[in-house]
Amino acid sequence: MPESSVSISCRVNGTDVTVSGHPMMRLLDVLRTALHLTGTKYGCGEGECGACSILLDGDLVNSCLVPLVQADGADIVTIEGVADGDRLHAVQEAFIACGGAQCGICTPGMVLAAVNLLKRHPSPTDDELREGLAGNLCRCTGYQRIFAAVVDACRRVEDSPR
Amino acid sequence: MLYGATVRSSAPRGLIRAIHYGDGIPWDEFIVVTAADIPGTNVVALITEDQPYLADGCINHPEEPVVLLAHRDPSLLEEARRHVTVEIEPQPAVFTLEDSLRGTEIIWGADNVFKSYEVTRGNVESAFAAAHIIVEGVYETGAQEQLYIEPNGMLAIAHPDEGVTVWGSMQCPYYVHKALAGLFDLPDGKIRVVQMETGGGFGGKEEYPSIIAGHAALLAWKAGRPVKIVYDRAEDMAATTKRHPSRTRHRTAVSVDGRLLAMDIDFVIDGGAYATLSPVVLSRGTIHATGPYFCPNVRVRGRAVATNAPPHGAFRGFGAPQSIFALERHMDRVARSLDLPPDELRRRNFIQTGQTSAVGQVMREPVTISALLDRALEMSDYRAKRSRFDRSNRDAAVKRGIGFAAFMHGAGFTGSGEDHLASVVTIEATADGRVRVLTSCTEIGQGTNTVFSQIAADALQLDVNEIDIVQPDTSAVPNSGPTVASRTCMVVGKLVESAALNLRTLLAETVGAEIPFAMACREYVEHHGPLRASAQYQPPPGVHWDDDRYEGDAYGTYAWAVYVAEVSVDPTTFQIRVDDFVAVQEVGRVINPVLATGQIEGGVAQGIGWALFEHVAWREGRMANAQMTNYIIPTSMDLPPIRVHFEEVPYAHGPGGAKGIGELPMDGAAPAIANAVSHATGIDVRTVPITPERVLELIEAARA
Repeated sequence: MPESSVSISCRVNGTDVTVSGHPMMRLLDVLRTALHLTGTKYGCGEGECGACSILLDGDLVNSCLVPLVQADGADIVTIEGVADGDRLHAVQEAFIACGGAQCGICTPGMVLAAVNLLKRHPSPTDDELREGLAGNLCRCTGYQRIFAAVVDACRRVEDSPR
Repeated sequence: MLYGATVRSSAPRGLIRAIHYGDGIPWDEFIVVTAADIPGTNVVALITEDQPYLADGCINHPEEPVVLLAHRDPSLLEEARRHVTVEIEPQPAVFTLEDSLRGTEIIWGADNVFKSYEVTRGNVESAFAAAHIIVEGVYETGAQEQLYIEPNGMLAIAHPDEGVTVWGSMQCPYYVHKALAGLFDLPDGKIRVVQMETGGGFGGKEEYPSIIAGHAALLAWKAGRPVKIVYDRAEDMAATTKRHPSRTRHRTAVSVDGRLLAMDIDFVIDGGAYATLSPVVLSRGTIHATGPYFCPNVRVRGRAVATNAPPHGAFRGFGAPQSIFALERHMDRVARSLDLPPDELRRRNFIQTGQTSAVGQVMREPVTISALLDRALEMSDYRAKRSRFDRSNRDAAVKRGIGFAAFMHGAGFTGSGEDHLASVVTIEATADGRVRVLTSCTEIGQGTNTVFSQIAADALQLDVNEIDIVQPDTSAVPNSGPTVASRTCMVVGKLVESAALNLRTLLAETVGAEIPFAMACREYVEHHGPLRASAQYQPPPGVHWDDDRYEGDAYGTYAWAVYVAEVSVDPTTFQIRVDDFVAVQEVGRVINPVLATGQIEGGVAQGIGWALFEHVAWREGRMANAQMTNYIIPTSMDLPPIRVHFEEVPYAHGPGGAKGIGELPMDGAAPAIANAVSHATGIDVRTVPITPERVLELIEAARA
């Protein structure tokens, strides 16, 4: 192992992994390059666009701002871990039904932001909805179909058998 | 695989004196490419052959590529890029379109003008002499960054014997193909371009990907190994194209009863350092400059001029948003001069079915704009709100306003563009009855694959799930033209429909009409081999454009729209909030309501950004705010509800009656918002973006 390299262990989408790299390597690059989880997207590299959003210990974070060392011991969920096998998450179903995705680059982060939002506010008000997605930029949709998808996802969660 | 990087100029204009490779970098590990390494022609083939792939002696803008580097390790590559110094002997540069027009420094051709058009109809001078009043105004719009969320990127393999293959993010595979063939001086068959899933384009991936593809391929050619170039956000924002800044002068003669007697329009766009697509952007802007109105006497002068900034290029709307902004803001000012309601002035002057446009196009298709205006004003409660805000604004601190814009957008290439493209679409069916649609049109989020599947399924009376869309790959698909100009659904979709119908006819004639599709396919393939049918573009009957005279049917048809914006202006911060937005349009028949609504909402959002937030700060031709931190696009907190309504009037020459839709929604938001802000505050907005700083300046100017 080169001098500047560290080895860390974390749980990604329910699987324990050990990764080595420069301690300041962006978690975004670790996910995409070392773990081949390319669902997490690079958009800006400065925490503005949210395309690289993941859940880290239950918090929505920009993986471009998280250095590798900070992920040691963390429980990470990426877009690849949102569906239950072949069964899509209610938010994913709703994005498809409502046209919440156009080009799809913001979509992984946006879906995670919506999942995170619904965990905090199962029936968000319009203000809570807009604020919950405010860290995730979309250039295609004008957000309207995304708002509709989140509202639709609430209904799907309520309707689903417990 | 190696990673590639681009070393760019450090000055806006000058002569390259030397290139220094600094100490401390293991240069022998690097692949280094300069203009001297180019095997073919050092020109990005497009319209005018003026832009080099790599600067060779002269620098014409501050992001001009000079040296390419490749290395296995991306962090070492970045370190190396910073250790290359391009020594430039500076020359005087030009940074504004006004300075370019003045011509004190000639930086392109004989007069800095890439292209000019002149549209003349009737006798403008005598109409001005007879006018009741004459209204004048100058309007300006700023550059706008496309800011797709996925930056540009390309991967290339290149070899003198095997040829060049690139994979990447792009809108127009055959543009890249043509550019690479010239760059490497290779026959068409030795170049292969494959479009990968592409994350947003909006025009920003129309022409620039040809440069990145060429750079990656030049490095791969020299390295003998695959090379990938992916721009980071800052490089993508600073170096790639943006919407052309514009300046439009209007002088309008009106009769006592509010009829347009004469329009004299001078429309100028800033093209940046090289011609690229500016001539065609200018053409669309020039033709849309007179808007949805009839006027017997018109003079439009359009010019695209050079400055020492990176070339401006395609961005949704393609020149039309600029000239429509000027016109629709001007029309409100004309109405005010006549003491007429803005809607009444529009109504008296809307072009009617059968009337002739400024470039001589007889409106044979139904013109629906008057009905759209009724519907939009009703949906937005425009009249009641306008008078309510007039009353409440006298005392209220927060000023509220409502304004609208009426406009149209021509679908497909301007003028004879579609004739020259002569696009081809092929449909094939396998022995088990699966249908494959072959086009070079790219899915970039707008729904190409869904809509083409729908069109093919309808024509073949199949389920949409039985249709496959073949990945755009120039070694596999015919050239159906670029994915631009609101042409994919209307023009290419029509070819998909025609090719599918041709396939059906072929089966009926060869195998028999009454046999189920899958069975007929099997029988055809067994006895006759591959089952394919194609269709090539033919202009609709009676549609003709004369390039030399610059007149005729500028577009096969137009989409029409009226957009209404309601705003409030904070008295302390001068921040403008859009509180409600109504978008009413006629785009022929809507063949996919979810996708069509998404196109309108997304276009309106980009229009709101252009109107209020998106300010490119220029420093000597370079974008100083090339970051998402300080170039602001709308977030989920910044947009109003966008209420979309379609009036449907089927267009006979579109698939299932559809017209083009993608660019239309970009045209209307900015003038509607500018009119609403002027209504709210009484200030005379003439420029976008309407930043708080600009509102403050206008309010202070009004007080002085």
